[in-house]
This record gives sequence, C-alpha cells and structure tokens, in this order.
Amino acid sequence: MTPTHPPPVLVRDATVALGGRPVLRGVDLTVGPGEVCALLGANGSGKSTLVRAVVRLVPLAHGAVELFGTPLRRFRDWHRVGYVPQRTGAASGVPATVAEVVASGRLARSRPFRALGSAERAAVDSALALVGLDDRAGDSVAHLSGGQQQRVLIARALAGEPDLLVLDEPTAGVDAASQDAFARALRTLVGLGRTILLVAHELGPLEPLVDHAVVLRDGRVVHDGTPPPAHAHHASPAHDHVHPHAAAESATPGWLR
Amino acid sequence: MNPLALEFMQRALLAALCTGLAAPAVGTYLVQRRLALMGDGIGHTALTGVALGLLTGQAPVPAALLVATAGAVSIELVRERGRASADVALAMLFYGGIAGGVLLTGLAGGSAATLNTYLFGSLTTVSPADLVAVVSLSAVVLVLAVGLSRPLFAICQDEEYARVTGIPVRAYNLLIAVLAAVTVTLAMRTVGLLLVSALMVVPVATAQQLTRGFRTTLGMALLLGVGASLSGVVLSFYVDVAPGASIVVLAIGGFVLAWPFGLVLSRRRAGAAERARTEDDLLLGSPHVPAEAHAHAHGPACGHRPVPHEDHVDYVHDGHLHAAHEGHYDEH
Repeated sequence: MTPTHPPPVLVRDATVALGGRPVLRGVDLTVGPGEVCALLGANGSGKSTLVRAVVRLVPLAHGAVELFGTPLRRFRDWHRVGYVPQRTGAASGVPATVAEVVASGRLARSRPFRALGSAERAAVDSALALVGLDDRAGDSVAHLSGGQQQRVLIARALAGEPDLLVLDEPTAGVDAASQDAFARALRTLVGLGRTILLVAHELGPLEPLVDHAVVLRDGRVVHDGTPPPAHAHHASPAHDHVHPHAAAESATPGWLR
Repeated sequence: MNPLALEFMQRALLAALCTGLAAPAVGTYLVQRRLALMGDGIGHTALTGVALGLLTGQAPVPAALLVATAGAVSIELVRERGRASADVALAMLFYGGIAGGVLLTGLAGGSAATLNTYLFGSLTTVSPADLVAVVSLSAVVLVLAVGLSRPLFAICQDEEYARVTGIPVRAYNLLIAVLAAVTVTLAMRTVGLLLVSALMVVPVATAQQLTRGFRTTLGMALLLGVGASLSGVVLSFYVDVAPGASIVVLAIGGFVLAWPFGLVLSRRRAGAAERARTEDDLLLGSPHVPAEAHAHAHGPACGHRPVPHEDHVDYVHDGHLHAAHEGHYDEH
C-alpha cells in the first residue's frame, strides 16, 4: 500500500447504532486495491450494516470511513463506486425495462438534461452481456425471475464501470443460472483488477476468488485474514479429469436441475 | 354552435391541453414511488390557498401556488423522516387544508358555488391572466419532468441506490414535490382541486397496462392525459357539467377499455418471459464457448492476468476470460 494507491475502503473503529441498538461496535476494515474481500457472518452480525455504512447509507455514531483515501464526508467520486443493494426485486410502481434500470448505473457519470449517449449505451450493453442478460434489454424487469432481477441490479452497478464494487448478499436466494452468471461476472471483474467488497452468507462457488475474508459476530470482527482453505476435491488423484464446467457441476451438486 | 369559435372555450381547451400534459408527467413519478394519493393531499391544502386569496382580495392562483408548495414540501419532509406517525401527519394536513379552505371562503363571504369552480373546474372562469400562468407553469413542469427523467426515474425506482450514485437525492425529491404542487395549481381551473389527482394517476395506470418501459409509459400517459382533458372539456360544454367530472370519467373509461388488452398482453409477455427463463437456465448450464483463434499460449509470461477458477486458471484477454481446454481456449 503506497500513498499514491490508498486502499479503496478503509474503516476505522466504526460504531453504528440503529434505533438505539448497537449494530457495529468498533469495526476496523481495510480492503486493498484489487482485493476481493468477503464479509461473512450470521444474520444480525452487522455485515450488511457495515457495507451500508461504507456507502454512506447508514450514519456512523463513532469512527471513520475513507473511500480511496478520502473521508466519506468529502468523497465526491461516486462514479468510482458500484453498489448492489440486498434486494429480491428490481421492479417498482411503473414498468421499467431492463436497459432503463441498468442505465441508472451511469448516473454518476452523466449530467442532467442529457440523453443516453452511444458510449453510455455501449456500457449498458456490455454490463448486461457480463451477467448474461443481453437478450433481455427491452423486457420489463417485472417479468424476470428473482435471480435475473438480482443480475439486473449487478449489471446496473457494473454499467458505471466502478473501481470498487460493493455487493450486499448478491447470491442470497438466487437460482442456479444466476449464481453461475454472477460467479463468471465476478471472475471477469477480478481479472480487470477491480476491488470487490461483498457480503455473503456462504461463499460457495465464489470461494476461489476471495483473497480476504472478514467474519463478524455481534457487530465485532472475529476473523480478518485469508479465507478458510478450499476443499481439495479436484486435486485428489482419485478425481477423474472432467471438463471444467462439468467440474463446476460436480463441485456444487444440485445447481443444475 | 361551434364551441371552438367561443373565446372562453379556446382558453379552456388550451388550459386543458397544458393540464393534460403536466399532470401525467408528474403523476408518473408519483405512481412509480407508490405515492398516487399525494396529488390529492396537495389539492386539499391548495384549497386553503385559494380561500386565502379570496379573503385577502388577491388573485387565488398565486396564493394557491404558495400554499400548495408549502403543503407539498411538508408532505415530502414527513415522508422522508420515516414511517411511524407519517400517516396521521398527512391526514392532518389533508383535512386541515380542506377545512381551512371552506372556513376562509365562508369568512370571505364566498358561496359554495365559488368554491365548486375550484374544486371541480369551470369552463368559463379561465381568464386570460390565468391562461398565461397555466401555459408558462406547465411548460416549466414539462421541461423539468421530461428533461430530468433519468435522475428522477432512478430516485423513484430505487432511492437508496440513487443516493450511492452521489446525485442530490433530497433536492430531486423536493423538486418532485414542488412540481406536483405547481401541477395541482395549474390544473385547478380545468379539472379542479378535488379531481386533479385522478388526471395525474389514471392516464399512468392506463398506460402501464400496455407498456414495458418507463419512457414509453411516460409518453403514452401524456397522450392519454391530453386526450381525456380535451375531450372532457368538449363534453362538459355539451352536457353542461363541471369539466373535472367529464375529464375524469373519460380517463377512467380509457382505463377500462385498455384493461382487456393489458390482460392479453401481460399473459403473452409472461409466457415469453417463462420461455426465456428456461432457455437462460439451459444456456448457462453448459457454456462451452470456444474463444477466437490464438496467437500464443496463455501462461505466466504472456502478460494476460491469470485468475484462478475452480481447478484451472483463466486468463484475462481484452476484458473476458480464456481457459485452456484440449488445445484451444474457452470463453469463461
């Protein structure tokens, strides 16, 4: 970590209380450039609150958050941050197409009274391609499955071409095809050197990508370091050679039905 | 007799055109964030403004605009604060507004008939001065509601996400409230304060039965709003009822007519979506996509960034991933 490359996320002694109840108690977190950091923990451990505090959706009672070396209060480069909220649906009162929702991801990079330019359209298209929904751009989001809607929200965050991607339980309650699409999108982002902070219940197929795991319990960090080693299933000599995708299937039984 | 030859009808029709455009333009955002009744509440508070104007001998339109804006901003602030007592606070504002209006009108010596022209609109009371206000205010509403449709859509669709993009969410929320107040005020001569909310909501509800996207919904709602307003004013001339009533009845008639079409369309789309979902599962289940021909073998020294994937290593190549597979590379 050099002064010219401050950590994309730096949390110091963060304390958050929601409705008078302490949810985070003095949490420290550093996510370095290009790192994939997973926040793990049981329900109610404060992991969602921590990422929401990082993107300024929840105020800190105490402590500090810095994004790319700038205190949150003075941070203006929101186009460098992509956020995927914890949500099961992307639909709202009035119908909206997949492309319209994803185009909202370009807001931090666009000006008022400007229509979508060709560069922005291209960014929307490639974000949709990355999550495998490029053929659904003109469809109403309300007609997609829950997993596909979650992928729309991921594509929305990707459309802004962020340096830091913050995802709140992106794979919770999501169908097999969407989990697979998400894992592939994440691998591409890792390859492009993007920094990723994600909240997860369990890592599953994302495990090999994660190089930093933080475990929370009752609003405190109880583990901060490398993730637990992956099962050496495919490395065992007894394991026949299989096609890489067949391997993906056997590693996660019940995915493809 | 040709109603178009009458000057008061020309003014009424022009006012109806402006109202028919402005009301659904703002209404689309209110419906999107499930605040369909906000226009109603603003209309109630605006009534106090009208009565204040009558009482002080000022023109009722500017007074109504001021009070409606104050009411809309308070509704927005109550909404922003949270849930618990918001319901009751809004009810107080709504009924306080209408009771205050009736009380002040009585004090001013106005009759129920005077009040009625503001509550349900009136063909004959659109003065040339009113018309100037209506045309210019509706132009402002349209330019802002359509020109700022991207940030406004994002905020109404997912307010939390919009906050993280760094756009001034609060300012935009207040803008929607003020636009709603302006729309209510300019609509009070045509559909009236009690029925303006219908013209904000019903064309949007009709359009969204038939559309898939936000922009098409907005566009169609504007057309439907104009259609209902103009034909409602003409109908009101022939059957001699308050234009608010005929406009809203026609708008609801449009909704009922669109209903069977919407039912068929949504069945068909749901079927197509189901098929696409199944296809999606199949496609992603077995993605064997060979990459384009390769000039070099990926390896630690090829300059492409390696990414571990399950039991092998992918290489980043122009923004996508290549994996070695029996002499060629797969897209991963």
